[in-house]
Parts: sequence; C-alpha cells; structure tokens
Amino acid sequence: MNLWEPALPAIGPNEHHKDPAMLKALLALLLLLPLAAQAGDADFFIAAKPNEQASLLQAWAAQPDPARLALLSAMQQGRLGADDTRKLRLNNRLRGLLDNALASHQLLSDDATLRLAAARQLQKSAQPAQVAFLDRRFAGEPDAAVHAALGLALANLQLADSNPAVRLAAVRLLGETGDPMARTRLETLLDPAVETDAGVRTAAETSLAQVKRKLLIGELLGQAFSGLSLGSILLLAALGLAITFGLLGVINMAHGEMLMLGAYTTYVVQVLVQRYAPGALEFYPLLALPAAFAVSAGVGMLLERTVIRHLYGRPLETLLATWGISLILIQAIRLIFGAQNVEVANPGWLSGGLQVLPNLVLPYSRIVIIGFALCVVLLTWLLLNRTRLGLNVRAVTQNRNMAACCGVPTGRVDMLAFGLGSGIAGLGGVALSQIGNVGPDLGQSYIIDSFLVVVLGGVGQLAGSLWAAFGLGIANKLLEPQIGAVLGKILILALIILFIQKRPQGLFALKGRVID
Amino acid sequence: MNQPLLVTAAQKAGPRLSLAIGAIVLLLLIALPLLSLLPAGHSLQVSAYTLTLVGKILCYAIVALALDLVWGYAGLLSLGHGLFFALGGYAMGMYLMREAAGDSLPAFMTFLSWSELPWYWAGTQHFAWALCLVVLAPGLLALVFGYFAFRSRIKGVYFSIMTQALTFAGMLLFFRNETGFGGNNGFTNFRSILGFEITSQGTRAVLFLLTVALLLASLLIGWRLARSKFGRVLTALRDAENRLMFCGYDPRGFKLFVWVLSAVLCGLAGALYVPQVGIINPSEMSPTNSIEAAVWVALGGRGTLIGPLLGAGLVNGMKSWFTVAFPEFWLFFLGALFILVTLYLPKGVVGLLKKRGEQ
Amino acid sequence: MKRRSLIKAFTLSASIAAMGLSWSIQAAETIKVGILHSLSGTMAISETSLKDMALMTIEQINAKGGVNGKMLEAVVVDPASNWPLFAEKSRQLLTQDKVAVVFGCWTSVSRKSVLPVFEELNGLLFYPVQYEGEEMSPNVFYTGAAPNQQAIPAVEYLMSEEGGAAKRYFLLGTDYVYPRTTNKILRAFLHSKGVADKDIEEVYTPFGHSDYQTIVANIKKFSAGGKTAVISTVNGDSNVPFYKELANQGLKATDVPVVAFSVGEEELRGIDAKPLVGHLAAWNYFESVENPVNTQFVSDWKAYAKAKNLPGADKAVTNDPMEATYVGIHMWAQAVEKAKSTDVDKVREALAGQSFKAPSGFTLTMDKTNHHLHKPVMIGEIQDDGQFNVVWETESPVRAQPWSPFIPGNDKRPDYAVKGN
Repeated sequence: MNLWEPALPAIGPNEHHKDPAMLKALLALLLLLPLAAQAGDADFFIAAKPNEQASLLQAWAAQPDPARLALLSAMQQGRLGADDTRKLRLNNRLRGLLDNALASHQLLSDDATLRLAAARQLQKSAQPAQVAFLDRRFAGEPDAAVHAALGLALANLQLADSNPAVRLAAVRLLGETGDPMARTRLETLLDPAVETDAGVRTAAETSLAQVKRKLLIGELLGQAFSGLSLGSILLLAALGLAITFGLLGVINMAHGEMLMLGAYTTYVVQVLVQRYAPGALEFYPLLALPAAFAVSAGVGMLLERTVIRHLYGRPLETLLATWGISLILIQAIRLIFGAQNVEVANPGWLSGGLQVLPNLVLPYSRIVIIGFALCVVLLTWLLLNRTRLGLNVRAVTQNRNMAACCGVPTGRVDMLAFGLGSGIAGLGGVALSQIGNVGPDLGQSYIIDSFLVVVLGGVGQLAGSLWAAFGLGIANKLLEPQIGAVLGKILILALIILFIQKRPQGLFALKGRVID
Repeated sequence: MNQPLLVTAAQKAGPRLSLAIGAIVLLLLIALPLLSLLPAGHSLQVSAYTLTLVGKILCYAIVALALDLVWGYAGLLSLGHGLFFALGGYAMGMYLMREAAGDSLPAFMTFLSWSELPWYWAGTQHFAWALCLVVLAPGLLALVFGYFAFRSRIKGVYFSIMTQALTFAGMLLFFRNETGFGGNNGFTNFRSILGFEITSQGTRAVLFLLTVALLLASLLIGWRLARSKFGRVLTALRDAENRLMFCGYDPRGFKLFVWVLSAVLCGLAGALYVPQVGIINPSEMSPTNSIEAAVWVALGGRGTLIGPLLGAGLVNGMKSWFTVAFPEFWLFFLGALFILVTLYLPKGVVGLLKKRGEQ
Repeated sequence: MKRRSLIKAFTLSASIAAMGLSWSIQAAETIKVGILHSLSGTMAISETSLKDMALMTIEQINAKGGVNGKMLEAVVVDPASNWPLFAEKSRQLLTQDKVAVVFGCWTSVSRKSVLPVFEELNGLLFYPVQYEGEEMSPNVFYTGAAPNQQAIPAVEYLMSEEGGAAKRYFLLGTDYVYPRTTNKILRAFLHSKGVADKDIEEVYTPFGHSDYQTIVANIKKFSAGGKTAVISTVNGDSNVPFYKELANQGLKATDVPVVAFSVGEEELRGIDAKPLVGHLAAWNYFESVENPVNTQFVSDWKAYAKAKNLPGADKAVTNDPMEATYVGIHMWAQAVEKAKSTDVDKVREALAGQSFKAPSGFTLTMDKTNHHLHKPVMIGEIQDDGQFNVVWETESPVRAQPWSPFIPGNDKRPDYAVKGN
C-alpha cells in the first residue's frame, strides 16, 4: 500500500490501432480531390479515429477549401451537415483544432467582419503549417483591419522564422499589441539560447516593455471594474434594507429572504415564459422585474400587517420575529422548489462580454447590473424625496406622533414603506439571479454584507449606503489580488470595525440634537 | 417594572417555594450523572446520549445567561457571543488535541506537513495553561474590543452589527488551514482529559457536574450583580445612559466589566462544551449561532435570570425533538414559535408565568 | 394555580429534553436503518437527494422481501448541517433507535464529528462521497472515491494529448480540508511528472464565495503562459457564480479546460450548461453511462421522484454520490444476508470482498482490507443538456489508496482499518 500502484492503464484507449502510412495515403488522396470534398469529408471524418481526426483538421486548416466551409460550420454546431442526423462526438482538443480550421476557411469568405473574426481566432491558434496560406491571404487582403489582424497572426508564427530580418519585423509588430500571449512569446526570445540574433533580442526587450505597459493598464481597469461591479451588487442587496432597517428601524433578518423571493420569482417567470411565450424568452428578466417587485412587496406588506406592526418601538425584538419569518420562508421555498439550486439562464443579451482590450473583457451582465443598481437608487431617491408617499415616510420615521397629529395615516405609511423596501430587495434578487445561484440559502449569504453596508453608510442615509457599497466593493477588489480572497475579507471586516470606532454613526450621520 | 423578574416572581410566589423548586431541579441535575453510572440495562440508567444532550443544553444555558447579563441588564445586544464561546472551546480543544497526540504533533498538522507547533500552541499540553487560555482568550478579546467600542460610545444596533462582523471575521480566520486550528474540520477525535478516558461514563458524569456547578456559579454571580448597586447602575445605563452620565457616573467601566465577565463565562461554557460533544470547529462562530443565542434569551425572558435558562432549554430541547420527529417541517415550528413568542409574550416565557401568577 | 404553573416552568426544559429519548417506537421484526443527511441548512442542497435515494433503495429491497426475511425500516433524522448535531444524532440513532447501520454524512467535517461516536459504540457508517482520504476506520465503509480514484486520473488525462496536453495547472478550491489535501497530493504528483512550481498556481476562496471576477482574470493571465488547465475543488454552491463568470469573460473549454471534482449532474441542474460545454468532471459514475443496470437505475429513480412528488421531479437526475449510496445499501444488505445477522462485527467481516453489479457498468468490489470500494474512474465532458459525455474511463475498477503515497509519512500506515486514526 505504500507504493503508487501503476494499475492505471495508459490514457487514450483509442490510440491502439493507428496506421500512419495508411493515414498519410488517405490524406494525400483526400487533398488531391478537393472537388469531392463536401460529402466525402464528412464520412471520412466520422469514420476516422480521434488521432486521425486531429491530423485531418490540421491538414484542412493548412490548405483550406471553400467547399468545406459548410461542413466545418456544421461540425462546430455538433452536426455533420444541415440534414445529417449523425451525432458528432468531439473532445476539447478536436474542438480547438476545429475552431482553427474553420477560421482558416473563413478567411476565404467575402464578408470582411467574418474575416476579421477569423483572423483574431488565428492570432490565438494558428500553427506553423499555416504560414504559407496566411502569407498568401495577408498579401491579398483588401480590408485594412483584417490586414492588420492577419499581420499579427502571422507575426506570432514568424518569430520562429529562419530569417532574422523577418523575426525582427515580427517582434516590432508584436510590441504594438496588448495581447497577453505576446508577452510569453517575447519573453522566450530574451534567452540567447533561443534567439541567436542580438538585434532581435534588443527589439524583443523594447517590445516586451510596451506589451507589459498595455497589459498593466488592462489589469488596473479590470480591477476597477470588478470593484464597481461588486459594489453594485452589494448596493442592490442592501438597498431594500436601507429602507426597512434604515428608515423603519426594523432589524429585518428576513431581508435576505426577500432577495431570495425575487430570485425565485425570476425563475418562475422564466419557466412561464418558456412555456407560454417562448418567443419572448430573451426578455424574461424585464418581465421578472415587476413580478419580483410585486411578490416581494406583497409578502413584505403582509408581514408588516400581521407581525411587524405589533413590534414598532421594540427594534431588537423585531430581530427575533423576522428571524423566525426567515426560517419559515427558507423552509417553505425548500419544500416547494427543492433544496437544490434552480436554473436561471442568462438571456443572450446578458451573456458574454465586451472585449475592451485584449486582456479585458467586461461581461454584459455586470455592466447591466451596475446601470440597474444606479437606476434603482435614483428611483428610490426620487420616490422618497419627490413624492407624497416619500414625504409621509420621512415624516413618520422622524417623528411618528407628530406625523400622526398632522393627519398622516402612519399605519398605512409603515405598510407601504415596508413593502417598498421589500420590493426593492425583490428587484435586487432579479439581478443576483443573473450572476449567482438561486437556492433557498441565497439570502443568508447576503444578509451580513447588507447590514454592514447600511451601518457603514449611516442608518437612514440612502447616499451613505451608496458610498459604503461602492467603497466596500472597490476596497475588497483592491485587496484580493494582494492577499487572497479569504484574508481580504477578514481585513475588510477589521477595517469596518475600526472605522465605526472612529465614526460611530457611519459615513453620513444624521445631524441633530435629539437625545434620549 | 424593570426589576429583575426573578425577584418579582420570588416576591409573588414566596421565596420558599422558588427555593424549593430550584433545589428540586438542582437535585435532578445532580442525580442525572449519578444515574448514568448505573450498569447498562438497569431500568433507572440514564444513557450517555441523554447526559451529553442535557450537558450540551446546560452549556448553552450558560451562554444565554451570559448574554442576558449584557443584553437584559446593560442593554447591549451582542450578536457575537458565539466567538467567545468558540474561543474557550478552542483553548480547551488545543489541550485535548495535545493530550490525544502525545509527544507528536496533532494529526491535522502532520497532515499539513508542519514540523513544529506554531508559537501560540506553546504550553497547551499543560491543563493549567489551557484553563488560563480559556479565560484569557475571550476575556482579552472582549476587553480590547469593549474598551474601544465603549470609548466611542457605540451602542444599539451599531454595537450588534459590529459584534456580528467580529464573529464573522473570526469564523473566516479559523476556517483557514494556515491559521493552525485545523481549518474547517476543527478539532475532533479527543482521547482523554487529564489522563481520564473521555468516553468513559465517569468522565462524562464529572464534566456534567462541572457544567452544573458553572451554571450555578453564573446564576449566583448574576443574582448578586442584579441585586447590588452595580446592577441598578447597569439597568439605569440600559434605560437612560445620558441621564446616568448627568448624574455623574462614567458608564464605560460598568459596561466593560459586565462585557468582559460575560465573555469569560461564555469561554468557560465553551471549554466544558467541547469535551462533552467531542468537536469544536469554526461553524460555532457563524453569526447564525450567535443570533440563536439571542433568540434563547428573548424567548425565555430578557432581563431575568431564569428566563435565558428556560429559553435555551426550550429551544434546544425542541430542536432535538423536532429534528427527529418532523425532519422536514421542524423549521416551520421553530420559526412560528419565535414569531408567536415575540407577538404574544413580549416578556418571554417568564413573562407568561408571571402573568399567570398574577391572575 | 401559582404553584402548578411554576413547577411546570422549572421542569419544562428537563422534560422537553427527555422527550428526545423516548421517541422510538419498537415495531416487531424490522431492521432499523439510520439515515443521517442534512435536510436543512447549507448542506441540504446536496444531501437531500441522498436521503431520497436511500429511501428508494430501501423501498426496493423491501419490495423484494427485505433482508433475512425482515423488512428494513428507515429512521430519518435531520442534523441540520450542524456538525456537533451530527455527533448527537448519530449517538441517538445508535443508542436510542438501535439502528443496525447508518447511511449518511457528506462533508468531511461531519464524518470526523461522528467518527468517535461510531468507534465508541461500535456502529457502522456508510459514507457515500468522494473525499480527501487520510482516514480508515473499522466502523466506516467508504463508498465514494479516494483521491487516487478521482483526482490523479483526471490530471493524467489533462496531461495526455487527448486531454489537451496541459503544461500549466491552476488549482482552485474552497478553503477547507478536502481541496487543501487534494491539491497537496496533486502538487506532489505534478512534481513527479516534471511540472515545475512556477507552472502551478494554488488559489483558495472562502466558503460561499460568489465573486469570481478577480480569480477568473488571474486564470486568464496565468493561461497566457502556456496551455493551462484549471483543477477545481470549488465547493458545490460557489460553482454557479464561478462558471457564469468563466462563460461571461469568454474563457472557453478549448482554451482553458476546467476539470471539477465536485460538480455533477445535480449541480448542473442549477446552471445553464450551454456556455460550459467541454469543461470536464471526474467521477466514478455518470448518469449518461449506457448499460442495462444504469438504465433501470435511472428510470427507477425518475419514477420514484415522480411518485413521491419530490420537488423538481420532472428534472430528476442521478449522480455519483447517489450511486454510491445505492451501492452501499445493497452491499450492506448482501453482507447481512451472508452473515445471517446484523451484528456489526459479523457484517464487517462479510462485507470484505463483497461485490455488486453497479449502475456504473462495472462490478464493484469492497476491498478485503481497506474498507474502500474498487471503483472505475471516468472523465466526462459537460454537454449542453447538463449531462456528461464520457471521454475517457479506466478499463477496470481501481483500488483505493486512502493513505496517499504523495503525502510524506503515509508509507508507514497500515493498509487495514484501525481505530482512532
């Protein structure tokens, strides 16, 4: 038992019966008959063994044939042709080679945007065998953007060229990109054993410095963006609490469950849309927004009427009751939807990201959430400061008795305000469902952060919550790369504790002379 | 109105009766471990399961009592008492791990290929030093935290949230393997304590009796405090801190004393809890556990001495029962119980009893 | 009146506590079987389906006449993801309910918490989840994978040309013992294969971490240095945000494949699998495995989920720990038949060498000495329907090495179960 047993069989059980001579002959035959490519290629590919399939794809990539384009596009979709029902089994290696081969073929297309995308793909994946073909396309490329992109793809390969002048030109060209791969490629050239020409080595050094600078810019922007994004998520999670806890003074431990209800409403809306209006599936998150607001606000108002109403003026006891509510809501959801997470898919317009720099992609979902968070803050602010309801809410929270004397229906206002806070939490739930998991425990993971944001910002201060959320988000993301996620989080908590020592009422304290 | 309810209840029911009931409960608690020593199969034998269960609940009752001292009397709701409890538990756990490992390193360290103990483990093989740690670790942390918090006059919800952040940070710290406390798994698989086998009935009975003794001592301290001038100042502090200050008192010292005392009591309870349940790990520090402790106090009756004990017993007893009887629905019962108690029994179970007594 | 209510109050807590112990109703001629899985709290997400699987298996065994002519009676308790409660509940199952065997636990810490109880009372626990090894108790049978039955073959696959011939490895995990140990073993293994330390990056996140922006950016940066694979031991709940971030930042499986050890069919139910196509998982069983035993197993489970109206029954899936639970219960039943008794010592003896034709398509054998199953290893690629396409598997079941040879000092460990390890 003290030995590593060599009982495992060698990896790649399919490699047993390969016959290189046979394969070569077949390949040659195939390449000689480009006209018969379309139908024959598909049959030939599916019959081949994985290793032969890989060689085939490599051969196709080096010598593209327009007739094969349809086949390769279909293969990327996991099929062999538009009306071919045979299932294609690919693994990652083949998928990578396929992407490369397809890009090679797409260079032959008349569509410049397609050619540009193909050239970008080839920058990542082109193989030495493709140099001759790329050279030809590069020479004949009419579109300037595609020409430049192809130049880079070619430069990557030319680093290994035998002619120092070609290498030098390639190195200089690579210095102008901000491609993370270029950095590694240039770094290898600094070694005299790899690069014999001193001139090329010096040029590589200069180019490397350029690339590094560009990469650094991308990294810093990326950090700033992720800080903003985390901040916007904290803000959405905390905003509802800023009303129920900040304004009404209810220590609302069930706040997290309002987020969860919002997220589950999103799920239900998604399922319903899928079933009854599949055409509108792309826009289900937009439909989910009012629904989530309504559900969470409804549940919130119900709770306010039945439970919380009796507890005003006893803030610490609301903690107990809302804790009970939270247990009940979690278990109810668990019984209805199951303990497992449910699937909330990102619609097309929220998937993927915006490629800003070669090493900086901003996911659409996160961009949308930042904008959404700011919109919600703005609307809440308008509601509280520019409407009758907002006026009443502020009056009741500042002096309940006085407001009642002036004819403000305090009971109704309490209910509406609690509903508003819960409804906003529901909206937050919709946003959270797009980036994280939707399960019964969703709320529990946000409740502590939410309270910290509200307290740090100053209870009762909407602007405070805004600053606190973004401050925490950015601080967290600045610390994480330096000391890791775990220590970063601990340090943030310690900093919050210290900060509150300094400013016990939070960032934005209510100014007043009231004393008990 | 805000007088300790024990006192009021005692006045109503007559001191003799309360004493008699107290004595009966005490006798029962002392009899329990003795009965567990009877041979297996005897009709009066108390099983190890019952003993550890009641022992665990008693430890929780001490935590509830300690929390009540700061919340019920001084008006400081701590949502971080689980941290002090766990620190005491970890200090005891360190000793138990060293005892189990003998001369070699504790198992989880050999596992991380550490060749020597970190400095803070020094001396933990001695029971006396471990006991000091049980008191010092939570005590010092509470002292430092309390000193700064009370100096800045942090109170109310701010104080609660800060203590919650503190225990959350503690949990994350202890989760890390590099911290040197066994990471997520914490400490388990204890063998012996002071040379006595930890699973033997005798050891269990002694640990149980020690828990009862600690509970009694805490009650006594609480009672003396509540009746003394110190207790009155605390109550005044809770109800009107500013007026108290205008009367010439400096509230900081009072708060700090009761806060540190409460933390130390929690640490001691943790130290007794660990050998009885056989595991200590960071989940004891999770904010939920500390909130639960607050729930025990509120349920039993805040600002009384018996209330927290009743609350801890009720909630945990029900939890143990419900999780077997209604595994899928017990959270509904528990949740509903919390809501109903807050709505209809604002003074907790003790308040109900008192009301009944008045009728 | 006064008197009575006060007496009530004082005895209330004691009597409530006592209720817990009188809650066993002795029914004649059944064998009690304990099921110890969290039905609430953070682990409910994973463990609930194991409880249901255990109940289904017991129902099936009963339908065929039970074991030794006696029906099995399941005792389900909820340890509520609370580790000390696990110990308390197992003591209760063993001493109050007097169950013959317990099927349960998911996390290592819960197993560590109950282990002393099982050793003290000489109980029998079947543990169905892959774990870090470094343990071998005579009172536990491990039906999940040890590291050499999951992690090492997966890395070998990534190194092969077929798997993309990765040169650099990004080890990402949640900060607890299973990922730490697995990564430690993997690092030693990678060293033995000539991978230098600069080509290995190890990163941990806290429990419940949900913001993977920085980490995915780091993976991207790391992967610029050569063909990279990510080995993920990220804990169940954090996987959704991780995979969503991967997809949104445009990191595809063809560029940087992620092989996960805790992501199965059940976890994929909560994710839109389309952007994940091509990422890998290593297990000992996949629902998509094609053989008659598995077809029966899957359809039985779907029918059961529908009949019992389990939440999400229309999308019910099976996964590796569920299969391990199923195999465990059957093996125990076979051993009881062989031993003609439920006595723990006799059953333990009968279990050694016991074999069972499992849904994985292999006949699994319980090792004669080390209490672990011999299991086949499979690597699956995620498909767009949330199922796995098996791209590689061992030819025969692999023997477990709970004491990994890649951890120093383990060569002195005995290859049989000893108490108190």
